Amino acid sequence: MELTTFWVYFNARPLFWIVITLGAYLLASVLNRKAGGTALLHPVLVAMLMIILLLTLSGTDYDTYFEGAQFIHFLLGPATVALAVPLYDHRARIRRMLLPLLVVCLSGSLTAVVTTVLIGQLFGASDTLLLSMAPKSVTSPIAIGISEQIGGFPSLSAGLSLTTGVMGCLLAPLVFRVLKVRSHTSSGFALGLAAHGFGTAYAMQRSTLAGAFAGLAMGMTGIFSSVLIPLISQLFGLN
Amino acid sequence: MVQGFLILLICQLMGEWLMVWFGWPIPGPVAGMLLLLIGLMCYGRVPDGLRLPAEGLVRYLSLLFVPAGVGLMLFAETLAQQWLTILASLLLSTLITLSLTGWLLQAWETRQYKHKE
Repeated sequence: MELTTFWVYFNARPLFWIVITLGAYLLASVLNRKAGGTALLHPVLVAMLMIILLLTLSGTDYDTYFEGAQFIHFLLGPATVALAVPLYDHRARIRRMLLPLLVVCLSGSLTAVVTTVLIGQLFGASDTLLLSMAPKSVTSPIAIGISEQIGGFPSLSAGLSLTTGVMGCLLAPLVFRVLKVRSHTSSGFALGLAAHGFGTAYAMQRSTLAGAFAGLAMGMTGIFSSVLIPLISQLFGLN
Repeated sequence: MVQGFLILLICQLMGEWLMVWFGWPIPGPVAGMLLLLIGLMCYGRVPDGLRLPAEGLVRYLSLLFVPAGVGLMLFAETLAQQWLTILASLLLSTLITLSLTGWLLQAWETRQYKHKE
């Protein structure tokens, strides 16, 4: 058997891309730990780049990759549902802060969309790009839905939402130090709001309390945004 | 473990169905999260069988974003042409959002704390 046919045979097997995805993530995690846990080398970002490089070099298209990777992608659904558990564990504190949390979340979700669209317009972004960027602070499964609804590119929105997540984790330590945001509840909530799942994963490393508030912020932002973003994009005359 | 995973999937499925039924734009998994939260509040505690898969999934949440992230390769051209616009919009907006929310909530908490003393 020739090497090329061997590769094609291998390629078609979804299992191969699951192994590659998990392997790349583990390797990226090891690299990240060696580099002292810096968010610049976020394991997800590094794993993504490694896989993109591999796909490009081997001439594999994204659809073939996704045939295997969809099994990992699928778990995002139950994982989002599972965030109810840390929420339940910290329910007493959440109930005490419910009103300020709602106010902060509403103003934060609004700020995230409006600033993105305004800055994008300032730089001369096309309407489709603006619409794809608008749900950038929303967790990717929700961002995909919103983008589809308002006429952006859903998969571009998913990617930009991930990029935003990495940026949030990068900026957070600096922002919190400068503004003296010390409590785990406030920092977690801000992380979940601005950087959704990445922020939640990052906050979870700090404490389950920060993680629970991040998960709460992520869910609330997702719900608010699915209502707010279509309205705001209309207001800006984008669709 | 299996039991817990089944609970998660059923919540997601019911969330999905309910949103289609009502015609609301909230995605199924988020609706499922709310349903599970309501369920846990009614039940009064987290069943052991649920805690294990739930905490495992939440711990490796970031891994689950990799397949979608690789999809960015489909937009190599757009990214190459407009990287400055995209970078500026995302970075500045994230900076503003993060600062505003963190600062607002911390200010409220600090005030509450002083109020109690």
